[in-house]
Amino acid sequence: MLVAAGGLKFGPLHAVGYSRRVPQPTRRTGDAGGVTRSARRWGVGLLVLAPLVLSGCSLSTFGADPSPTTTGRETFHLWQGFTIGAIVVGAITLSLIIYAAIHFRAKRQHEDSVPRQTQYHLPMEITYTVIPIIIVFVLFAFTIVVENAVTALPSVSKDNTIGVQAFQWGWRFTYPGFTIVGETTQDPILEMPEDENVRIVLTSLDVVHGFYIRQFNFSRYALPGVINPFTFNAQRTGTFFGQCTQLCGLYHSLMWFRVKVVTPADYTAWLSMQQARAATLSASAAGQAVQEQTSAGVPIRPDYGGGTN
Amino acid sequence: MTDFAVGIAGVETIDHDVAHVHVHEHEHEHEHDEPAGIYKWLTSTDHKVIGLSYTITSLVMFVIGGFLAELIRIQLTSPNATFVSFAEYNQLFTMHGSLMIYLFVGPFAFGGLANIIVPLQIGAPDMAFPRLNALSYWLYLSGSITMLLGFVVAGGAADFGWVGYAPLSNAIYSPGAGADLWIAALLLTGFSAIFTGVNLCATIFYLRAPGMTMFRMPIFTWNMLATGILILLAFPVLTAGLIMLYCDRHFGTHIFTVQGGGVPVLWQHIFWFWGHPEVYILALPFFGVVTEVIAAFSKKPVFGYKGMVFATITIAALSLGVWAHHMFTTGVVLLPFFSIMSLLIAVPTGIKFFNWIGTMWGGHVRFTAAMLFAIGFLVTFLIGGLTGIYLASPPLDFFTHDTYFVVAHFHSVVLALVMGGMAGLYYWGPKITGYLLDERLGKIQFWLFFIGANVMVMPQYELGLLGMPRRVASYIHDPEWATLNQWATVGAVMMGVSTIFFLVNIVYSWKRYPAGDNPWDAQTLEWFTTSPPPHHNYYALPPIRSERPTWDYHHPDARSLVHGTSHDAAHPEAAT
Ligand code: HEM
Ligand SMILES: [Cu+2]
Ligand SMILES: [Cu+2]
Repeated sequence: MLVAAGGLKFGPLHAVGYSRRVPQPTRRTGDAGGVTRSARRWGVGLLVLAPLVLSGCSLSTFGADPSPTTTGRETFHLWQGFTIGAIVVGAITLSLIIYAAIHFRAKRQHEDSVPRQTQYHLPMEITYTVIPIIIVFVLFAFTIVVENAVTALPSVSKDNTIGVQAFQWGWRFTYPGFTIVGETTQDPILEMPEDENVRIVLTSLDVVHGFYIRQFNFSRYALPGVINPFTFNAQRTGTFFGQCTQLCGLYHSLMWFRVKVVTPADYTAWLSMQQARAATLSASAAGQAVQEQTSAGVPIRPDYGGGTN
Repeated sequence: MTDFAVGIAGVETIDHDVAHVHVHEHEHEHEHDEPAGIYKWLTSTDHKVIGLSYTITSLVMFVIGGFLAELIRIQLTSPNATFVSFAEYNQLFTMHGSLMIYLFVGPFAFGGLANIIVPLQIGAPDMAFPRLNALSYWLYLSGSITMLLGFVVAGGAADFGWVGYAPLSNAIYSPGAGADLWIAALLLTGFSAIFTGVNLCATIFYLRAPGMTMFRMPIFTWNMLATGILILLAFPVLTAGLIMLYCDRHFGTHIFTVQGGGVPVLWQHIFWFWGHPEVYILALPFFGVVTEVIAAFSKKPVFGYKGMVFATITIAALSLGVWAHHMFTTGVVLLPFFSIMSLLIAVPTGIKFFNWIGTMWGGHVRFTAAMLFAIGFLVTFLIGGLTGIYLASPPLDFFTHDTYFVVAHFHSVVLALVMGGMAGLYYWGPKITGYLLDERLGKIQFWLFFIGANVMVMPQYELGLLGMPRRVASYIHDPEWATLNQWATVGAVMMGVSTIFFLVNIVYSWKRYPAGDNPWDAQTLEWFTTSPPPHHNYYALPPIRSERPTWDYHHPDARSLVHGTSHDAAHPEAAT
């Protein structure tokens, strides 16, 4: 910040701070006018330019993922907005801290003197109370809009309703007529159609787990005894990585799954294929067991991380 | 000048409560009948002795907790390290978090610093209930030992995270004795905290010296009053919850288990009803410390003193109504209410930042080790505070919850608090021991810690955005995260080295630089007495006519404060 301010002097901040209307014995009074003007220019310039410059890379993601889902996208934009705000507020506050500390450092000639014992400045105090309140309510307004979108529960078709049950240490995905189960690094696959609302109905069979899909910018606890519904609408096909985020015991680190978004046609085809397969399987006695092996055959609980102690 | 020092005898006639205590002091004035040596330490009810014991014990916990953190960081330097097993890893971060939160920061703040400084700042001879104070310490020490014993029992220490979420923490999923020791430890230290809370409130309300009105109390004391009240409101809830958890584990109740009709989320409500106020129980004391340090080393009064007091009270009040922001992703809490309450806390916190900046503004800022730590606190806490605002917004919390973004956020905060604590030690250490710490070693310690803290958290923010969950012993699926994790480890090692400099400094400076009564030309009352203070703290008190009686005494010409733009002409750069 100090560098970015370029030719503009920092004197102005001092003027805004305390001495705008106070002639200071130690300063040339002639400074006051010019100083105040450049203070305004500096302040306005910063406030207007910073967001523009920052969002001039309006494509800057600030490290987040633009997300394939509609709600993830909205969360992403909220993230961008918050980050611009945080950078502006943070930069101003940080420069004030550094400026105050360095500009007002004690010098040798101060050794036996004391500075002016200023303690109150009501207009300043009101300003730095009111501005944060305004910022907070702006942030809250944006939050509410996005939150309502993210937690909305539009009606969805029965085929697009998927039950998810977390357990130590794996996931069970329940579709109409069949189930997909996989433990730890088996990464069971949660298949869903593109561009349609999909309802996930989440719960846990034992302890608390966290259902988290990175690129969807979303997570929700899987709680025992609680049914948690929410909705995704993915805008492109692809495979996305999901993982348990809430500590759930020994193999928490390996409790993975994958989300596969396919075209609606592929989804319907896949559904009926699985349903037919499940029907044949359940005819045989061994069916139930085989059915649990629908995921890739990676061994369960491999010897990662030095074993189980 | 002569009328400035008022003898104790004069004090006695003014105020009943204080008079009573001071009479007591006369009875005990001859210290030769006091026990000495280890026996003195064991039986002492002197707030300074107890406070010092607290400080030392909590620093030991900091060192152990920091050592566990280094082990965690070693494990994370490669995606699938076998440095420790999964089971050991879970114990490591659980005990690291538990030691740091339950046994270090809190006890260091309200058992250590506040215990020593608050009575001195308000001119009291001791805490209101000295024996209760001693009981607090012994409960704390036994609780700390109980928690550490977890490492030696079969099955190892508690391994369900420092938050102990039910039902993972029940007897089925965590059958070991380590879990019971963890609960027992928290019950012991919980009662210890409650008793200290009682003591702080009673001392501040009833033992202020004559003239020390509420609005003349130093900000540190104000903050400790708010902390004490928060302790009394929050800690009993945790204690009750722990007893319920213990009953679930051993007496067949089903309070937190679905099978018997219980509600697992209830644990989270109880825990965070304590846990969020706890965040401010940990933070407010250090807000107080840096306020004092910045004022002293800027040679200025605290800017916006009254506004700051109201900001503290507002933070304390709001902090009781935000606990469910830790539970946004449960899907069972009222999001907008907890969101706006949490966002609003940013307002009084922001006010404090401007108070701090305003205090430095126009002052004579001296970069002592204490002041560097205070500025390090400001910068690091600013980062932690700003990232905290994201987490108060439910959609952004859904996005980052339980990832390394959160780990980074709260380490920005707690590492700032550690810097605040160090500022306090460099600032008040001389008052407590009578000797200054070495400034050069202190500055090296500061730069290592400040840079190390930020080198550790920055990659962690990034890792969180990339999707690294917290509390994972391996990230084999994403080996490309190794570089960022190694940077975080570099930061952690820097902080470890910094801590070694701190310990070396204590040894090196031992009885080396005599401090004198007021080495910093500081302003508040505690700098009026000797260093270390006598048995009951004061032989004489200056008149207390503002919140900085020591300053008024030493700078009779620069006493009055400038309110806004008035008085200006009367106060040019005043020289003493
Ligand atoms: C020496 C500096 C420190 C280092 C290197 C460090 C490092 C770490 C690491 C690597 C984790 C594990 C994160 C995870 O696996 O999720 C962690 C967790 C944690 N740390 Fe620290 N930390 C330090 C200081 C502190 C301090 C001062 C506090 C508190 C006052 C603290 C409180 C916690 C807590 C509460 C957790 C969470 C434990 C849990 O997930 O149950 N840490 N820390
Ligand atoms: Cu898990
Ligand atoms: Cu909180």
